[in-house]
Amino acid sequence: MKKTVLALLGSVFLTSAVPAHATPEQDRKGIIEFYKKRLPKLQFKDYVYGALALSTDSMNQYKAIMDFPPFGNVIEAGSKMWATPFKNGKTYASCFPNGGKNVAGNYPYFDDKLGKVVTLEMTINQCRKDNGEAEYKYGDGATMDTLTAYARTLSDGMPMNIKVESPAAVAAYEAGKTHYYTRRGQLNFACATCHVDNAGNIIRTEILSPSLGAATHWPVFRGGDNLVTLQERFVGCNKLVRAVPFAVGSEEYNNLEYFFSYMSNGLPMKASVFRK
Amino acid sequence: MAELTKIRAKMDGNTADIKVLITHIMETGQRKDAKTGQIIPAHFIQNVTAALNGKTVLSAEWSVAIAKNPFLGFKAKGAKTGDKIVISWEDNKGNKDTAEETIK
Amino acid sequence: MNPLRRTTLKSTIALAALAGLLPARVFAAEWNKAAFEAKNVAEALKGLGLGATADSKDIIIKAPEIAESGSNVQIEVTSNIPGTQSITILAEKNPSPLTAVFELSNGAEGYISTRIKMSQTSNVRAIVKAGGKLYTAAREVKVTIGGCGG
Repeated sequence: MKKTVLALLGSVFLTSAVPAHATPEQDRKGIIEFYKKRLPKLQFKDYVYGALALSTDSMNQYKAIMDFPPFGNVIEAGSKMWATPFKNGKTYASCFPNGGKNVAGNYPYFDDKLGKVVTLEMTINQCRKDNGEAEYKYGDGATMDTLTAYARTLSDGMPMNIKVESPAAVAAYEAGKTHYYTRRGQLNFACATCHVDNAGNIIRTEILSPSLGAATHWPVFRGGDNLVTLQERFVGCNKLVRAVPFAVGSEEYNNLEYFFSYMSNGLPMKASVFRK
Repeated sequence: MAELTKIRAKMDGNTADIKVLITHIMETGQRKDAKTGQIIPAHFIQNVTAALNGKTVLSAEWSVAIAKNPFLGFKAKGAKTGDKIVISWEDNKGNKDTAEETIK
Repeated sequence: MNPLRRTTLKSTIALAALAGLLPARVFAAEWNKAAFEAKNVAEALKGLGLGATADSKDIIIKAPEIAESGSNVQIEVTSNIPGTQSITILAEKNPSPLTAVFELSNGAEGYISTRIKMSQTSNVRAIVKAGGKLYTAAREVKVTIGGCGG
């Protein structure tokens, strides 16, 4: 199976930036070198802004909106959810080191005992379950999404810090990488088609954001109003190429998020931001 | 509830720089309910006033085209640190709110 | 609004209220329905009772070149014309162009910042009343319907 996967990877790789036989760290360093050539005007730290870094007009609007964001009430609602104790008196803070501050950059991680990628949202649900509460539905706007719109801000400024260590972790990372680089849907595009090979180009009036740094700034509030998490964006992107999307919280998207986040290691996170 | 109206007020030289963010749906009356196909009725702030130490400095009439969770920025000369800014608004359904803030 | 008309309306409402014909809530602030529901700029200006305006370079409109989102376009209007009494904002191609009217008094500067909805590429126009005269400036803001957002 592995040989077939590697052959497949070899045939679909559109760029030399991510060779088939490389460690995650070699992949990451490779992609950084790729972007240094493709987008020479950007510094490493600029990549957290994605397409905004490629348009002064867009960046100015971002700054203006972020000065006093219209979605502040949603983050406030999330903070009330975070602070409200469970029926047993415990809180979300008790489930995380540091009360939940500066933890988001460690997610997703690979749990060797469970044999799978664990996201921040899964850990929140485990926290709820451990404290006698019903789990939230992944991708539900009023519950999990609103809660994480606040919870993730507790890690603002924290550099992405994904670890891929065991062979099983590497396999999950590679599964995510395969998704990212595999063409799909009626339009037959891979994520990388737009966000690596055409990063910085314009398609349908919009500047394509680069993959580097893209995992650092979620969730977003589209138009200042519409809350979209990273995996909900995966759904959106799959739909845009007319592919059947996977479910938010599925193993496919968890592995994709694992790979995708690793690519942004070292870049500071900022949650709940404005995007178009 | 004053929670709906957030005010930031600070001195910038001799002028008070006031920024207001209001939680309000500002429904245009042009959208249709996805399930029923019916028009969602307009629900928006029509009037806003700002008073500095009890004197009206700004009086506004708004349309449905002011953005959801509306933002307002204005400047008042002759203000000083410690002065009081009061923002009041009323929407087309008669809902109102008032909030006040001390200029920093 | 024409000051004479405003006074006339107020007197009429006051008399009507005294006669017990209107609920007290009508004393709450006015809202120029005719102007706000006008479907084009000319009708909106008529509803506002505004006559001829002079183009002015002393009105500065700060707005995006291309709006990131048509539902949250942040604009700033600065009027450097002495004695600025009001700033009126229109998005000329919106279904109802009149967006807001700001009356300024007691030291409020000729400056307004707000976020508006724009349905399509259009001029954002500001009309300033200063010293009893009317001045105007406009700036185009492009609104695209991008294919990839959201």
